[in-house]
Order: sequence, then C-alpha cells, then structure tokens
Amino acid sequence: MTTALRDVARDTAARLRAAEPLNATLHWAPELLDAEADRAERLEAGASLRGMPIAVKDNIVTVEQPTTCGSRILTGYTSPYNATVIDRLRAAGALIACKTNLDEFAMGSSTEHSAYGRVKHPLDPARVPGGSSGGSGALVAAGVVPAALGSETGGSVRQPASFCGVVGVKPTYGRVSRYGLVAFGSSLDCISVFGATVDTASRVLRAIAGIDPRDATSVDRPPMEPLRMPESLTGMTIGLPREYFPGDLHPGVKAGCDRAIARLRDLGATLVDVSLPHSRYAVPTYYIIAPAEAAANLARYDGARYGNRQGDGDVRALYRATRGLGFGPEVRRRILIGTYSLSAGYADAYYNRAQAARMRIVQDFHAAFDSGIDLLFTPTAPSPAFKAGEKTDDPVAMYLADIFVCPASLAGIPAMSQPLGRTEGLPVGGQLIAPAFEESRMLATAALLERHLDAAAEVR
Amino acid sequence: MTTWETVIGLEVHVQLGTRSKMFCACATSFGDPPNTNVCPVCLGLPGALPVPNREAVRLGVRAALALGCTIHERSIFARKNYFYPDLPKGYQISQFDRPLATGGHVAVESPERGLLAVSIVRLHLEEDAGKSLHDRVPGKTAVDLNRAGVPLAEIVSGPDLRRPAEARAYLVTLKQLLVYAGVSECSMEKGSLRVDANISIRPAGQNRLGTKTEIKNLNSFANVERALEAERGRQQRELENGGVIRQLTLLFNAGTGQVRPMRSKEESHDYRYFPDPDLPPLALSGRWIEEIRGELPELPAARRSRFGARYGLPAYDAGVLTADRAIADYYEAVVSAGADPKAAANWVMTESLTGYNESGRFSASAQSLAALLALIKAGTVSHQAAKKIFLELPADGADPHAVAERLGLLQVRDEGALETWVEEALAAHPQEVQRYRAGETKLLGFLTGQVMRRSQGKADPKGVQSVLVRKLESK
Repeated sequence: MTTALRDVARDTAARLRAAEPLNATLHWAPELLDAEADRAERLEAGASLRGMPIAVKDNIVTVEQPTTCGSRILTGYTSPYNATVIDRLRAAGALIACKTNLDEFAMGSSTEHSAYGRVKHPLDPARVPGGSSGGSGALVAAGVVPAALGSETGGSVRQPASFCGVVGVKPTYGRVSRYGLVAFGSSLDCISVFGATVDTASRVLRAIAGIDPRDATSVDRPPMEPLRMPESLTGMTIGLPREYFPGDLHPGVKAGCDRAIARLRDLGATLVDVSLPHSRYAVPTYYIIAPAEAAANLARYDGARYGNRQGDGDVRALYRATRGLGFGPEVRRRILIGTYSLSAGYADAYYNRAQAARMRIVQDFHAAFDSGIDLLFTPTAPSPAFKAGEKTDDPVAMYLADIFVCPASLAGIPAMSQPLGRTEGLPVGGQLIAPAFEESRMLATAALLERHLDAAAEVR
Repeated sequence: MTTWETVIGLEVHVQLGTRSKMFCACATSFGDPPNTNVCPVCLGLPGALPVPNREAVRLGVRAALALGCTIHERSIFARKNYFYPDLPKGYQISQFDRPLATGGHVAVESPERGLLAVSIVRLHLEEDAGKSLHDRVPGKTAVDLNRAGVPLAEIVSGPDLRRPAEARAYLVTLKQLLVYAGVSECSMEKGSLRVDANISIRPAGQNRLGTKTEIKNLNSFANVERALEAERGRQQRELENGGVIRQLTLLFNAGTGQVRPMRSKEESHDYRYFPDPDLPPLALSGRWIEEIRGELPELPAARRSRFGARYGLPAYDAGVLTADRAIADYYEAVVSAGADPKAAANWVMTESLTGYNESGRFSASAQSLAALLALIKAGTVSHQAAKKIFLELPADGADPHAVAERLGLLQVRDEGALETWVEEALAAHPQEVQRYRAGETKLLGFLTGQVMRRSQGKADPKGVQSVLVRKLESK
C-alpha cells in the first residue's frame, strides 16, 4: 500500500532511526506508524493536523505502545485505554510517532532521571535537553517531528523548549484534559505542546483543547481561535517583572532577552516595569505542593495490581521491595518530602503554608494583569542548557533551573517559551505569560515576535 | 462503689443506592464474579481520573436532609492516604474538614430513657475500598475490587448514647429513616450498612469523657449491642482494678462474644488528609438542595402520628404499619381502595405481614384485599372463609368474589337451606334442645356451632341464629 501518508510514516521512521543516539524515544515501531498513517488516511482532507507526526511523552497513556513514565516500576506496562489527547490528536489526523523519554514520572529538569538513560541535547551530546519532557523537546529540535506533547508540572515543557531552541506552550490549567496523563502533581499538571514554530504549537494545542467529561478539572470554554497574526503590537502593554531579571542572570540569556524586548518595543508594544514580589517563593512552594500530591499519586504503584512486582512474603515486604527497587532516587526523594510535609504536626508548617504562599503568587499575577498589563515577558531559564552531570548531585541547584517557570504553573495560567537567539551556539528562550484562557493573545504576540527575530543568530 | 456512666457514639457507613459507582460508571451490583465491575478509574490505573456521580451526591443530600442536617453548599473531597492491597489508589477519596453536612439529629426511643434526640455530628461522602478475601486461595490474599469506588455516606453520631441497647435502638431508627428516604437498602448482610462503635465510661456525674475505644467488625445490630456490653464490662473491670483505658481499636468476635485489640499493624495511621486536586470543591446550589428536600417522602415519625390521627389507629398499630415504608404504602393503598381503615389495619398486620415477612412482598394487590374486606363487611363471606380466599388470591386472579364462588365459600342466607341445616342439627342433639327449652339458653351458641358445621362454614351466622331461635321457641 502506498499513500501520501504512508510516505510520511516511512520518512518519520527514518528520522526516528537516525535520531536514536539522542535516546529521546522509549518506544516506536514502523508498523505502528504505518497503522497511524492508514488511520489518518481515512479522515477528511480538512482535518487540522492531517499527516502531522507527533511525538508523545511517555507519561501519556496509549493502548498500542507501553507507558513506562521513564520508571522501572512500570516496565512492561501497557494501558488498556488511550488518553483523551491521543484520541483528539488522531481525530485531527495526526500520527502518533513515538513515546518519548522523560525524567522518571516527570520529576526533573534535565531528563537525566530516567530509568532508561539520559536524553542528549541535539546540538551538544554532552549537555542536557532540559526536562522533564526532554525527549519530546529534543525530537522537535532535531527536526524528527514538527510537534510533540510533553507535560508540565512546574515548567517541564517551557524549560526544555528554551534549552533546545523550540517553542513550548503550557495552556491554562483545565484547558486540556488530563485524562490519561499519569499524575504527578495533579493541581499543577498540564499537557503541553512543543512545536518547531508558534503556528505549529498553536495548531496542536487547538486540536487537543476542550472540556472532557472524564476530567472534572477540565474547563468548559469556547474553542480556541486559529492563530491570527497582528500587524503590530500597538496598544499592547507588556510587563517586565523585575524579579525575573536578577543581576546574576546568564549574560547570554540577558542579551537574548534585551534583543527581544527591543524588538517588542519596535513592534509597538509598551513595556513597563512590574513587580511580582512573591514569585521568589515559587520554587520552595512548588517543592512542597508538587511532592505532597506526588506522594499520594504514586502510592498506587505498590506491585499489587500492575507494573513491576518485587518481593515475596507479606504485603509489607511486597511494598518495600516493589517501591524500593522500582523508583529511582529523585522519585524516592520527592515521595519522602511529600509524605513529610503532609504528616501530622508538619502539615501546618509546610503544606498549608505552601498553599498560602501559592495564593500570594496567584494574587501577584492578578494584580499585574488587573493593572492593565496584557502579557508578561521574562527569560524562560536562568541559563542555557547545562552539562550532563553538572547538577545531579545538587538537587536544589537543579530545582532552581525552574525558577522562572514555576510561578505560572502555580497560578495555573498560560505561559510559553520561544527561542530568542543563541549564546555560544546554545539556544536561549524567552517566556510570555498571559492571564487565564488568554492563550490566543499570547500566541499571536509570540508569532509576530518569531517573524521579526532571527532565533538562529548569536546574541550578545 | 463507683456508679459508671457509659458514653457511646456510632459511625455508620451506608451505601448510597446508586446504580453506578461514586466516581466512575461501573455497576454497584452485589454478588457479581470478582473484579468484573471495574474500569481504569476504580482500578486506579495510571492516568485515570475520578468524576463525581451526581446521583450519589443527590442521595447523600437526601440522607442528610432526612437526618435534619445543615447541607453545606460547598464541601471538599479529600484524599485519605494509607496502603492496603484492596485500596487501589493508595488513598481513599473521602471528605475531611469540609463535609457535605453537619449538625442534625435523630429522635430515638430509648428502652429506658424515653425519647432522645441523638445528635448527628456530620455526614460525608466517600468511596468504598475493595474486599480482601483471605480464604479463596490457600496461603494468599485475593482482592475483589467490585466494591472499590461504591458510594458511601458516613454518618457520625454525637456521644449521646448511654447504653448498648440505646445504640441498637438508634441503629434501628437510623436504618428505618434511610430506607424510608430511599437512600440505601441498609443491608448489613450485603455490606450496605456498616457500623463502628466508640465507647467510653466515666464515673456518674463527671463531665469529662473517659478514654474511648473503637469496636469494628460488627455484623448485626444485635452484635453491636453485644460487643458494647462486652467492652463496657471490660472497661469497668479494668478501671475498678486500678487500670487505665488505652485508646484502642478492637475487633468483635461474634463466636466468643469477646473483643480483642487489633494488631498494631492494623491500627490507625496518620492519614495525611489533603484536598483531592482531581476534584473541584463540590458546589451545590441552594435551589437543587431545596428540590431534593421536596422529593423527600414523609418520614416514619410523621407518618406514624398521621396514621393515628387520620385512620384512628392505636399507637401500637400505627408503629407496626409505619416501621417499613413498603408496609405503610401498602396499607394506605388498601385504605384508599375503599377498605375500612381499622379492618385493613387488622388484616395487614396479621395475614398480609405473615406473607410479606416470608417472601418480602405482598401477594394480594391492594385492590383485591380491599374487595375481600368489603365482602366480609357485607357478610358475603365469613372471616374464616376470607382467610382461605386470601391464600388463593394470587393464584386465582384478583377477584375475591370469584374465588369465593369457586371454593364454595359464599355465605348462604337462603331461608330454606338454613332451615334444613337447623332441623338436622336439632334432630341430632335432642338432649341439648330439651335443656335449652328448660331455660339453659346459653346452649344457643353450641347449637349455632353445630349448624355452622353442617353448612361447612357457609351459613350466614346471623341468619342461622334467627332460624334457630324461631325453631326452638316455636315448639
């Protein structure tokens, strides 16, 4: 059988094969790609993503491929149902290309914490692609697929998008169904999109967005509008939160931001200084709330019903062996932190206080947007992609890689990263943050900036 | 010697009578093969999410209204974390510091203290766990997750009960209310009603509560009472011997009638409750709550007093007839089909209830029972004959008159036929006739009986008497 989409499937398979050294995929098969092509072939020509191969992070469940979450505890696990986003991608004509490598259960900022080995940065194999959705980011950056799904709990798409030099969009919490996304921090988790361009990311996001009766936290909103690029940014006010431009910001990142800010001004935007004073508490707040939720979400991996089962004898021994051997060190660390911060006598000092801090962070954003600011612009990450192994022994240094992306996750508001240029050959990303459900405004602005910025150029 | 006062509070778990589970569409039916009513949500598969069942919430609200609680328009589902093989997610979705309802009460007739208002501290919604089966596979524990995710309401009473018998009376009343309100089947055999009992004792007159223990594994109301009696005795002996009560969870052994402490591993944990981020706060509109209030049927206490006032029934009869909603509904249907309320009460409480208690249903329709009662009243059939007709009603259509005809049980009032039987009877008992005529008139009863016997019960007793008297006096 030869069809146009079978050719797409074959070409995609060839690129996936060529990209194997990145270790970005956990599962793919040429036959499955062919089946995807045949499925899409039967759809109308007008389907919005017809024939687009899309990589999917391996914490989004699929019937045809295993879902491991990058963890030994789910070795060999295959879901009996598809995530809602998988059904929606297929309905739009996309081809599910592969399952991508990630930090175990999406816990990490470098994709070094996978039980199946680290993912390499496409431009420099000694460096990390960011994380936790590093496999998806690397495949888009390497040109293997034009778009990929990742997931965000605290910046896990925007930060690798920044490191890899691609577009990464986190929608408003509730915009995209979480049904079938393996839970990490449920109040924060958002399926998010990588795209080679703003337009591609925007099209994929439109295809997967919308309320889902299987997810009680999904929100009923009118469908997202197609991307409409404005002529200029006249009348738009963009806030520059001063807490996001610290003195010790990497000079290349600073140069990339400065150039983008100048371009935004050239395009007619009014740039104003603004303060989000509680954003400095975002990382500690995040590292209380996300592990607390994770500790509960990961309790189900006990070896009793599915997944990798270890140990014999009584049920305690089963739990101890299954969980002790099945989870890697970063996951164990976060389960312990989360269990501790919710324990009797500590919940007030940690979990409840973190919830209060989260409210303050949310209120900062409300105050900024209520004061007439349309969007916020910040660097995405404090530095370009770092070297593998550089931060693995210092969890706090690793956590600080998410310092600029955590606040929008805690606030549940849309945010995205786009490439601003390169420093010493490595991509630098800039972040736009919008009020809840204002993805269209954010994407339109990003698309215009993208057109007027040479993201492959060195910035100084 | 110290006089001890017992303080008891009960936690009752009631299965809400929905067709599907609390957070997924799986069936709640009882007795299906293990692990057949399951799906990704109630199995806790990776990526699955709970969505609240509106009907379960409705029934929870209805239960809370029947218990006179305040319904909170905003309540919060929380995760209760603990590991157990029959708990698929490693946490139970329950409600913690923001329950659905608080502050109700139930009027309970205490065997010793008269009418009590037992306070209801709270009612909250939660999902059930699965079932661990320790006897299916030798040396192993099997898990059946059909129950996992079945909707429950937990109803917590205040420490208002003072005797084990009061605890039992409270349970009987609570069950009656919830069955009436259509909330739950409340069957302890099927596990749709479960009880945990808290008990402490203190010297009479002391305000401060003693240290309580909790008893689990109670499988009948009678055993709740027995277990509380046993634990009350244990606590009293302990304190009188100079000991102290430790806060414990105990298991009742119905075989020995004893309680024993749970092993420490089975003991309570730090559940680390926190709001379930998968479920937005449960927001109910005041209008919906009022709509549910409007659907509430008349509850047992109100119905009991109405039966007294409207049908002229004694308190005992009204109590029996309203103890079960199905009985009360049937009784009222019989009356509204035209039966005399008192005659209907007598019949329903005796003949009808015998059949109902055996089969769980009423064999005769309300219309045909009313028709049968009308035949008795009109003298068309005797009371004795009516009992025979009643038993034939289900098998032979609904028309009691036709049944009476077929069985030959219609009363005979034909003067000629009556005279024949009377003459036969008088001829057979000449001595009694003589004695009657000599003034021993009480023999009229005996002679009437003889006539009835000859007629095989079909003669109209009033007609028989008048013919008899006429014959006896005329010679």
